[in-house]
Amino acid sequence: MGELGDTSNDRESRWRALMASAQDGDHAAYGELLSDLFPVLRRFVLRRWPNAHDTEDVVQEILVSIHTVRQTYDRRRAFTPWLMTIAARRAADAARRRYARGANETTVDVLPETFYGDGAKSEQETSDDQEAIRRAMALLPAGQRQAIELVKIQGLSLEEASQVTGKSVGSLKVGVHRAIKAMRQALERNC
Amino acid sequence: MLKEDLIRTLTENCAPVRPLAHPAWRALVWFAVSLCYVAVVAAVMGIRPDLLAKIADPRFATELAAAFLTSVVAAAGAFSAGCPARPVWERFVFVFFFLIWAGALAVGCWRDVEAFGLTGLLSHSDIYCLPTILAISIPTALLILSMVKRGAPIAPFVTIGLAALASTALAAAALRLSFREDAAASVCIWQFGSVVLLTGIASLFGRVLLHWTMREELIASFQAHRR
Repeated sequence: MGELGDTSNDRESRWRALMASAQDGDHAAYGELLSDLFPVLRRFVLRRWPNAHDTEDVVQEILVSIHTVRQTYDRRRAFTPWLMTIAARRAADAARRRYARGANETTVDVLPETFYGDGAKSEQETSDDQEAIRRAMALLPAGQRQAIELVKIQGLSLEEASQVTGKSVGSLKVGVHRAIKAMRQALERNC
Repeated sequence: MLKEDLIRTLTENCAPVRPLAHPAWRALVWFAVSLCYVAVVAAVMGIRPDLLAKIADPRFATELAAAFLTSVVAAAGAFSAGCPARPVWERFVFVFFFLIWAGALAVGCWRDVEAFGLTGLLSHSDIYCLPTILAISIPTALLILSMVKRGAPIAPFVTIGLAALASTALAAAALRLSFREDAAASVCIWQFGSVVLLTGIASLFGRVLLHWTMREELIASFQAHRR
């Protein structure tokens, strides 16, 4: 309650009613509730981490989490504490991920010159490389392709990719490793 | 745009859900099913012939009752830990019965010391308790795991720890119904110790066993909106 500050009894009652309807499968009530919650959660995340660059991502993650565990809401109990417990937990998870990612990153003033970068190649070479990679990816089994798309192309962390796919971090790690190995072999064959 | 897509995706996937029952009620359901299984296991292993006489001993009866109560209350705690905003004290009610269980074993140890001296207390080891408790508790642990997975993984270590305690305490109680092992120190170290050890190890896997997931149909629906 305290986190929301101005939460009124009216709003609490409205959210409780909307959530109860959502649990019964009322799409309109659920849409209304989620639209109501978005700015509230955004404020909550910003208040905790004012300088976070991924506020929108965290809010979306909280909404997905609420959706995933909506069966845990007990209609006889208050809605706001239920909501804020999930929000606090997911926001803390995001902060932990940010910290872990930051610990593995190094800021450099000047990027080292490399001949592997696209800038060092002609337009034709770049396009040939991309086509070869696309072909190598197309040969991968679905699970490995999904792993490499999420982790190496979309840039998700293993934990994030695990949440998206429902697979464990270990199996994603193995999937990415095998995909890279298979793609390397496919590219070597084509050279 | 992303916000609208997400809300539309979630709304479209808003199938009716049955709210979870009260943690205590779910714990009783788990306990009833598990008790049937444990009764069968105890019957297969053979009920100890002196069970009726032993139950008449208040110390033994207290120890057995406390083990069963630790099991059911720890299960309720595990289910409560998966429901956001439920009171935190619900997770720790088991401590009361756990301490009574430990106390009953301590009284037994004291009686053995008085009767046989310190050498009698540490007369033999019973290392087979650990694999036996582990084996008996696996089915009940799988059942409670499938049940806690319906909750929210907001406290994964505590949830899995309590679920493991519920299963292993029940297995230890079943062992007391079958094995004619009455040296309190042996029961304390090899049975009670196994419960504590297995609970501790299981809780370390909390985050591996319980984590936030996004269902495949939700991903497909979201990706369709993004295209």
